[in-house]
Amino acid sequence: MSERVVIVGAGHAGISTAFELREAGFAGPVVVLDQAGHEPYERPPLSKAWLAGAVSTGELAFRGPEVYARRRIELRTGVRVSAIDRGPREVVTADGARLPYDHLVLATGARPRALPVPGAGLAGVHRLHTLADALALRAALDGARALAIVGGGFIGLEVAAAARKRGVPTTVVEAAPRLMRRVVSEPVSAFYHRLHEEAGCVIRTEAAVGALTGEDGHVTGVRLADGATVPADMVVAGIGVVPETGLAGAAGLATGDGVLVDEALRTSDPAVFAVGDCARFPLGEAMVRLESVQNAADQGRAVAAAITGDARPYRDVPWFWTDQHGCKLQIAGIATGADEWAVVGDVQERRFTVLCWRRGALVAGESVNRPADHLALRRLIAAKASISPAAARAGGFTLKDHARSLAG
Amino acid sequence: MAEVTLISHSGTRTTLEVPPGTSVMRAAIANGVRGIYAECGGDTMCATCHVYVDPEFAGLFPPVNEDEDEMLEATACDRLPSSRLSCRLTIPDGCGAVVVRLPESQR
Ligand SMILES: Cc1cc2nc3c(=O)[nH]c(=O)nc-3n(C[C@H](O)[C@H](O)[C@H](O)COP(=O)(O)OP(=O)(O)OC[C@H]3O[C@@H](n4cnc5c(N)ncnc54)[C@H](O)[C@@H]3O)c2cc1C
Ligand code: FES
Repeated sequence: MSERVVIVGAGHAGISTAFELREAGFAGPVVVLDQAGHEPYERPPLSKAWLAGAVSTGELAFRGPEVYARRRIELRTGVRVSAIDRGPREVVTADGARLPYDHLVLATGARPRALPVPGAGLAGVHRLHTLADALALRAALDGARALAIVGGGFIGLEVAAAARKRGVPTTVVEAAPRLMRRVVSEPVSAFYHRLHEEAGCVIRTEAAVGALTGEDGHVTGVRLADGATVPADMVVAGIGVVPETGLAGAAGLATGDGVLVDEALRTSDPAVFAVGDCARFPLGEAMVRLESVQNAADQGRAVAAAITGDARPYRDVPWFWTDQHGCKLQIAGIATGADEWAVVGDVQERRFTVLCWRRGALVAGESVNRPADHLALRRLIAAKASISPAAARAGGFTLKDHARSLAG
Repeated sequence: MAEVTLISHSGTRTTLEVPPGTSVMRAAIANGVRGIYAECGGDTMCATCHVYVDPEFAGLFPPVNEDEDEMLEATACDRLPSSRLSCRLTIPDGCGAVVVRLPESQR
């Protein structure tokens, strides 16, 4: 008996699932369907090295095309799945074809949130999610005279760094009181704020967007809620993503800001899993949805293990990175609700780590240009190591020594 | 083209034809070589592309820099004098062959 796995979505999560199934010894057919018409590629460089011109488009591919065949992974691009028929266990594609599955993996990702203001449809307004978006954005940057970025999160700030490097006058408009507020601690926000300003970027926090202004169908500026206008002939919106839950919802699976799954990443139907940006899963006491390569890759591995009969709870320590003006930020754990933090290292030297505690437990750490701290932190958080804020602030403290003591 | 041979911990040899300017990591990933993960895509941040370079080939590559040095201290398998991150090993012009060995695990 040869069971068939069908995977919807050929992003980081879907492709990871496919290859990890083979690593785990799964011998049956593996089919990956994606509506996009090209080979699967990496998204992170689109707003970093690729946008800065340091990486070519050809280098974005996950794998050479022949590798899929060699591992007997049937990759079908340009195929949109339009429905899941859970009774007979079949997916229905947009052209009406039906494909049976024994296990279905939803890896449909997320789509960028549209700017909910008048003028969002004007020419010159960009977003950055796919390679096509990135190509359009990079071409437009060449001729841009003034760029306004709506959203001071990772994507907006990475684009701001690339634009300043090309000398484009750039303003970042952020509604919150500080940059990357949802995901980093105050010291890290403040550090990157300064870094961007030093590079000549104008940053306006607590500035809500009221509308985009335009002339002859092309954007001319961003009007703020307080009436001021930021002139711009190019606007990039980076205000977050919405999970792709349409298929799951229409098939009667439980959803709610994501496809809801249990610890083994199973949806409310045990034959259907969800992974990556589209999945909302239990982590500690909370249900979370994470948008990162690490989460997509590790969840792919966890589902492959579950399908091959080795299910265990998904508890990998989340990690994320961003690169802005040559300062690499690596985040381990989740700082949500943190009530205490300590800075280790030297902020002036641009090499430091912020440790974050919640109710006395070390929950996260944010490292700037300290990759070894970051790797040590991942081990310490996974082991639920107890480090007190006082110990961290004392002289001579290093994370590496602590991680070593765990191993020893 | 250089002949890059990767020897897995269990002894499996894979030989790839790699053009100059490509990193050993990139070549391994593009060809689906098992045992190299490269979670960070080559940004010297994940240490999941760790390899041991056979000593006779070590001189082909620029020395370990500060970032790489820090990362090598934190790899899943022991650091040896021959340890490198394969995303830092760009095949130079005129290079004929390179042999690297893979650690038992990357994470
Ligand atoms: C510009 C950019 C920079 C980023 N930088 C970083 C970073 O530095 N570090 C980091 O960790 N993360 C980063 N991320 C986030 C990371 O790329 C995502 O978390 C990751 O790609 C999620 O993988 P996924 O497979 O869940 O979704 P995706 O990669 O979005 O893949 C989903 C796929 O499903 C397909 N699909 C959806 N619906 C259907 C359907 N009905 N039928 C067929 N196909 C369908 C889509 O076409 C798509 O290809 C970045 C993202 C972007 C856009
Ligand atoms: S690919 Fe991440 S450190 Fe080399």
